[in-house]
Amino acid sequence: MSSFARFIRPAIGAWALLLLIMAAPVPSPAQQVNPTASSVNERQLLQEMDRIQGRVSIPDQRSSVLMQPAGREWREFRNVALLWIGAVAILGMLAVLVIFYLTRGMVRLESGRSGRTIVRFNAFERFAHWMTATCFIVLAISGLNITFGRPLLLPLMGFDAFSEWSQWAKFAHNYLSFPFTIGVVLIFLMWIGGNIPNKVDLEWVKRGGGLFGHDHPPARRFNAGQKGIYWIVVIGGGLVAATGYQLMFPFYLTGIEGMQIAQIIHAVVAVLFIAAMLAHIYIGTIGMEGAFEAMGSGEVDVNWAREHHSLWLDQELAGSSPNDSQPRPRQAASAAE
Amino acid sequence: MARMKFLCDADRCIECNACVTACKNEHEVPWGINRRRVVTIADGKPGERSVSMACMHCTDAPCAAVCPVNCFYTTADGVVLHSKDLCIGCGYCFYACPFGAPQYPKVGNFGSRGKMDKCTYCAGGPEADGSKEEYEKYGANRLAEGKLPLCAEMCSTKSLLAGDGEIIAQIYKERVLKRGYGSGAWGWKTAYRETIES
Repeated sequence: MSSFARFIRPAIGAWALLLLIMAAPVPSPAQQVNPTASSVNERQLLQEMDRIQGRVSIPDQRSSVLMQPAGREWREFRNVALLWIGAVAILGMLAVLVIFYLTRGMVRLESGRSGRTIVRFNAFERFAHWMTATCFIVLAISGLNITFGRPLLLPLMGFDAFSEWSQWAKFAHNYLSFPFTIGVVLIFLMWIGGNIPNKVDLEWVKRGGGLFGHDHPPARRFNAGQKGIYWIVVIGGGLVAATGYQLMFPFYLTGIEGMQIAQIIHAVVAVLFIAAMLAHIYIGTIGMEGAFEAMGSGEVDVNWAREHHSLWLDQELAGSSPNDSQPRPRQAASAAE
Repeated sequence: MARMKFLCDADRCIECNACVTACKNEHEVPWGINRRRVVTIADGKPGERSVSMACMHCTDAPCAAVCPVNCFYTTADGVVLHSKDLCIGCGYCFYACPFGAPQYPKVGNFGSRGKMDKCTYCAGGPEADGSKEEYEKYGANRLAEGKLPLCAEMCSTKSLLAGDGEIIAQIYKERVLKRGYGSGAWGWKTAYRETIES
C-alpha cells in the first residue's frame, strides 16, 4: 500500500503541475524569450576590453583571442609615425653633422703631434668595441630595411631581389643580435668605472665640450660627451636587445599586445640609437684629428690626450691608474717595434 | 566581380569544429597551424556564443599595409592572398592582424618564424591555378574550380557563410528577421568597416 502511494504521489503532482501550466496563458510570439537578449555582443565586448577572448578546443591556446583591433594603432605607428621619427632623427642628425663639419671643420690637434703615444684602449677593449660596432652597422642597415626598404628599395630592386635580400637581412639581424648583446654587456662592464657622471662633467658641459672655439675643458678618461655615448649604448642597446628578443621568440613572454609595444620601443630606440651613433662615428673619424687611433691602434698621441683628456693623462703619467697594465707613455718608435 | 566575405552566424554555431577539421584536411595544413578556429565566448555562462574565425580578407587589409616586402595582393574577388616566395617571416602581419590569422611554422631561426601561412579562402596563391606547387604551398584552389571555401560548404548548421558579401549579408538579414534575433556579423565592422543592421 505504502509503495503504491509512493508511486502515485509524484504522478498526481506531475499532472497537477501540467494542468497549472496549461491553465496559464500561452505566451504570444512577441513575449517569447529572446535568446539573444543576454548573448555576448561584439561591440560591447570590444568597448570593455579592446579585444575579445574566449575558449578554444584546439591545442593552440593563443588562438583563443578572437579579435584584437589594436593592430590598427600599431599599423599607424609602423606606416606613418615611425617613418617620420626615423627620417627626422637620421636625416636631421646627418644635416647637423654636415653643417657642423662645414662650419667648424675637423677639430685639429692644436699643439701638433708630439710623436709620443700612450695606450688608451687595450686589445680586448678594441675587440669588444669593434665586435659591437660591426654588428651594430649590420643590424642598423637590416633593421632600417624593414621600415624604409619597401618605399625606397623595393621599387628599385623589384619584388624577388628585394625579398631575397630582406630574407638574408632578417637572418643577419637575428643572428648578429647575439654578439651585439654580448658586446653591449662587455662595454657596460668594461667601462662602467670611467663613466659615472661627476663634477668634471658639469664644467665640461658648461664649456660646450670645446666643440666651439678652441676651448679644451679638462676631462678624465671619458668626457661628458663620451659618457653620454656610453649610456646611450648601454641603455639603448639593452632596450633594443630586450625588446628584440621578445619579438624573436614570440609568445614566450607576452601576447600580441606586448609584441606591438615591444616593436614600437625597439624601432624608436633603434632609430634614435642610429642617429646618436652617426654623431659618434663622425667625431671618431673625420670630426677630430687623432681620435680614430684610440680605437684603431689603441694608442693616442700624448698631445691629443693632453688636449682632450688632460686629467686622465696626468693620472696615467703619475702611474696611479690601477686599471691599465701599460700606463707609461712610450716612444712611438719603440711601440712600432 | 563578387566581393567574397565570410560571415559566421554565431546564433547557429554549435562549436562542432568541423570547419577547422575540414580546412586542415583539405589543404594539408602543417602541424601546429590552424587556418580556422572556433572561439567560444562566455563559455558556460548565459549568452555563450561560438564564432568560427579565420582570415576575414579585410578591405584595406592591415597585413598587406605593414608587410615590409609587400608580399600580399588582393584578387578581383576581394580575397587577400600572399606569396610565400616573397614572405620573409618577420611577423609584422601578425602584429597588425585583428583576427590572429597569420601563423608561422616553427622552422625559422631558433624555431621561430618560417613563411607565413593563413586562410586563402580556398583560393590558392600566385602559382598557376590547381598546380602542384600551388597545392604544396597554399593548399587546394577550390575557388578556381567554381567552389566555395570548404569550411562554409560543409558547415552542418549553415552557421558559417561564404560567398559574395551582399548575398550572404542578405541571407543573414532574412534569418534575423525570421527568427527575431541575431548577435551580429562578428568581425565585419573591423574587417569591412560595415555591419549588418538587423
